[in-house]
Amino acid sequence: MASPAVLLLLVFFVIPVVLAFGLAFTSARLVSPTPPRFVGLRNFAMLAEDPVFLRSVLNTFAFAAVVVPVQAGLALGLALLVNGRFRGTNFFRTVYFIPVVTSMVVVSIVWTFLYQKDGLLNRIIDAVTFGLVQGPDWLNDPSTSLAAIIFMSVWQGAGFHMIIWLAGLQTIPADLYEAASIDGVSRWTRFRFVTWPGLRATRTFVLITITISAFSLFTQVNVMTQGGPLDSTTTLVYQAVRSGYQQQQTAYASAISLVFFVLVLIVSLVQRYLTREKD
Amino acid sequence: MATRSPQSAARLSPVLRRLPVYALRALLALFFAFPVVFMLVSSLKPDQQIFGDLGSPRAFLPVGSLSLENYTAVFDRVPAVRFLLNSLGVSVITIVLGILVNSLAAFALSRMRWPGRKVLLTVIIATLIVPFETFALPMVWWVNKLPWLELNGFSLTLTEGWLDTYRVQILPFVANAFSIFLFHQYFQSIPKELDEAALIDGAGWFGIYRRIVMPLSGPAIATAAILTFLPAWNSYLWPLMVVQDEELRPVMVGIQYFFQLNVSWGQIMAYSSMITVPVLALFLAFQRSFINSIASSGVKG
Amino acid sequence: MNARTRRLAAVSLVAVTATAVLAGCGGADGGSDAEGGVLKLWTHNAGNAAEYDVVEKVVNDFNASQTTYKVEIEAFPQGSYNDAVVASSSSKKLPCILDVDGPNVPNWAWGGYLAPLELAGGEVPVEDQLPSTVGKYQDKVYAFGFYDVALTMFARKSVLDEHGIRVPTWDKPWTRAEFASALADLKAGGKFEHPLEMGTGGSGEWWPYAYSPQLQSFGGDLVDRSSYKTAEGALNGPEALDWAKWFRSLVTDGHMAQKSGSSPNDDFLNGKSAIEWDGSWDAAKNVEKLGEDLLILPPVDFGKGPKIGGASWQWAMSANCAKPEGARAFLEFTRKTKYFTEFAKATGTIPATDAAAAQIPGYEPGGRYESLVQSARDFAVVRPVTPAYPYIASVFEKTAKDVVAGADPKSALDEAVKQIDANLKLNDFYAD
Repeated sequence: MASPAVLLLLVFFVIPVVLAFGLAFTSARLVSPTPPRFVGLRNFAMLAEDPVFLRSVLNTFAFAAVVVPVQAGLALGLALLVNGRFRGTNFFRTVYFIPVVTSMVVVSIVWTFLYQKDGLLNRIIDAVTFGLVQGPDWLNDPSTSLAAIIFMSVWQGAGFHMIIWLAGLQTIPADLYEAASIDGVSRWTRFRFVTWPGLRATRTFVLITITISAFSLFTQVNVMTQGGPLDSTTTLVYQAVRSGYQQQQTAYASAISLVFFVLVLIVSLVQRYLTREKD
Repeated sequence: MATRSPQSAARLSPVLRRLPVYALRALLALFFAFPVVFMLVSSLKPDQQIFGDLGSPRAFLPVGSLSLENYTAVFDRVPAVRFLLNSLGVSVITIVLGILVNSLAAFALSRMRWPGRKVLLTVIIATLIVPFETFALPMVWWVNKLPWLELNGFSLTLTEGWLDTYRVQILPFVANAFSIFLFHQYFQSIPKELDEAALIDGAGWFGIYRRIVMPLSGPAIATAAILTFLPAWNSYLWPLMVVQDEELRPVMVGIQYFFQLNVSWGQIMAYSSMITVPVLALFLAFQRSFINSIASSGVKG
Repeated sequence: MNARTRRLAAVSLVAVTATAVLAGCGGADGGSDAEGGVLKLWTHNAGNAAEYDVVEKVVNDFNASQTTYKVEIEAFPQGSYNDAVVASSSSKKLPCILDVDGPNVPNWAWGGYLAPLELAGGEVPVEDQLPSTVGKYQDKVYAFGFYDVALTMFARKSVLDEHGIRVPTWDKPWTRAEFASALADLKAGGKFEHPLEMGTGGSGEWWPYAYSPQLQSFGGDLVDRSSYKTAEGALNGPEALDWAKWFRSLVTDGHMAQKSGSSPNDDFLNGKSAIEWDGSWDAAKNVEKLGEDLLILPPVDFGKGPKIGGASWQWAMSANCAKPEGARAFLEFTRKTKYFTEFAKATGTIPATDAAAAQIPGYEPGGRYESLVQSARDFAVVRPVTPAYPYIASVFEKTAKDVVAGADPKSALDEAVKQIDANLKLNDFYAD
């Protein structure tokens, strides 16, 4: 029964990825009159000496380390807030989901406007603090740029994971809640002993999906900062795309992708191990 | 206010208690909705005014000179209806095939016992790690080598190359590790005793899948549909590289039509509004099934 | 929605979809390059009706003029045109005729995408064209364009007068010192937070296009053009360092935003900036909005004369074209003054020949935009003619952005040179 899926994944994922990773050991270029040659580990040796690559590794991990817990938490909060029956359930769920369905390119552009030195965000800061605090030039200051992208990304992705939490909340049998309400326990106790354990499978799912999407951070960076200022927002996928397309260094880009894959695989395996189900 | 009978306090309190929660919900709604508000409002303004209004709350208000000019310009510039239909078709077929293929795989992985299933699940999850951008180019080369059977009258002919087709926009995205994983997690929560009972009654695995597991999986199906729909609707890099025929292009490629030497932001906002609305509508339709699924599973809400 | 209407909606959705897909499948068949006399033509201007319409007209005229060949247009959005071409070339699916951004010509020619052209047969002689509109690599012509664009500075006459700033002329452009004091005066006037708008919010090819001419005016360059084997001295010599320090000082002195807004031209028109470094493509719009008050100014002379970037989109023939004689016939057919005129007219660009310029209101001698034609003729420097250009351009973009964001100019430029030299060496200096 799994064979259609496995076959499709084989044809449309495994083969092209193996092809791509194989290029990491060659001299392949995007545009070239000569066919690629095998060059061994040359591209990886170049990677080790590339300061921008090392910075990308660091930024990618920093981004994931913040986004994973914050986005998961915010999404769960939203899910609890709009779970159950009350007037306007559909309205609120849909509104919270809006950033997810709006094109990432458009969303990034709008936030770029907001983050400008004289943009709306700084106007608000100015008004709220009666002019005491001057907001920074968010995206152009190396000390705030990554934080700005993190904030925007959490905002953008929260609605998506709210849906997954909601789906998880639906799997918790209502009679458990009924039993709890008969016992008259507090909201917190109910969450702690009914909701939280009931979300076990969903938790793993949310954790893994956010981790993976956080590691593949690309579009926001591409639209908002192009990795700058001073490499403060460059990421692994951004560098892979920049080297591969703009700079035509296909082999080098493949080497970045391969390293990226190995790093994320390690992280995911650790996560799998930590959240493993004890049969 | 000072003195109030305990009775009326009890009657008022649920409303009062709910008030802060509603306020919080409303505040968050503002927080999440503002870019769409900006998008919709800006789509009605001329370019110069969009940038004149930036940095003041006017950016979010329908003020100044408003018109539908940007929308008429969009239709002059882009075959928008064609693009919308293409995206809709590609997305819907990907969703339908995807739900079938992925739930079957998840069913086999979570409910049937066979050697290697745990390893296979791990491998499938690992495929999620590789971002599409990083292997898109070898993939183009590869799909161009793939064969296809074509029906010509009454004879089948073997053709090579998938470029410039709908299937090249659909089939690579049918099997989806996210969906498999989602279904797998969901199926885990359905009691296995149901299977055993059915097996004793003489049902086969496929019967269990069709009559027991799937009918209980409304939320997972709805979530998987949304999960599949979003990337399908937003796909951009891939169709750009494999579809040259304008007739077959999806909506996201269309947004690039507006980034010319003279970028027209008003038109970009108008086009973005047009392509966002169908997604919101679809979301609204699907997320209702979360609630319905509670009712259908026989549990009182 | 109750269950029945929902089911109805779902069914009709599927029906609509199936119809659309089936209809599309019918249309998708056929039209391959192999059959009949069909020649495909790819162009970068999907969504740019002005230019697309002229392409369509030229193609229709050609198709009507003979019966052997039929040219079919496929238009792509500009921002992703290169990716589409490169992806297709990897599967040998390039069309017979395609357009190409001037600076990419050497790269594509070297990569074997393009075939050399013989243009002697056309009505317009190649020698009549602005040099920047002919795409050459290793002494062979691979592409030609109908127009070029020019960089220029826009300003309001009223604003310069009010601040007592001399209006520069083509014979006497601003010097570096004059420009600096003009900016200082504008800043001191208090009306402009950032008097100079250079479009630093842009990205991609805009960076080398807009700022490497300034580097060249200082005396530096992207690469040493005598050999194309190193960037040493050109990109990190004293002149280049001088340029980098000047570029950064614009930000530290508050004369220019480190990163400008998304629409620099709208900001200029809204009065946020006093002087805008921009392309000639905005000239007509600005004249329309500001009328006589708009000044179209020559670029600043930073020492080695005013410079602007040359070369815009050009047309070429692919190397894998199955019917090269057809492609040649088409390209030859297009070389008529009529079409040079129409392209420039429709796109508001600078016509590639004087004969065409004479027929376009504003571009004729003494016209409102004549100075732009002068610029394109006298100041234009094509970007380095080497297959390494895309790499060099990408490194330059990042380096210039780092400099403007406050990186140490010397080490940023040295790092750029190191990377470019390493890339040249790694690719055997792009020998064939």
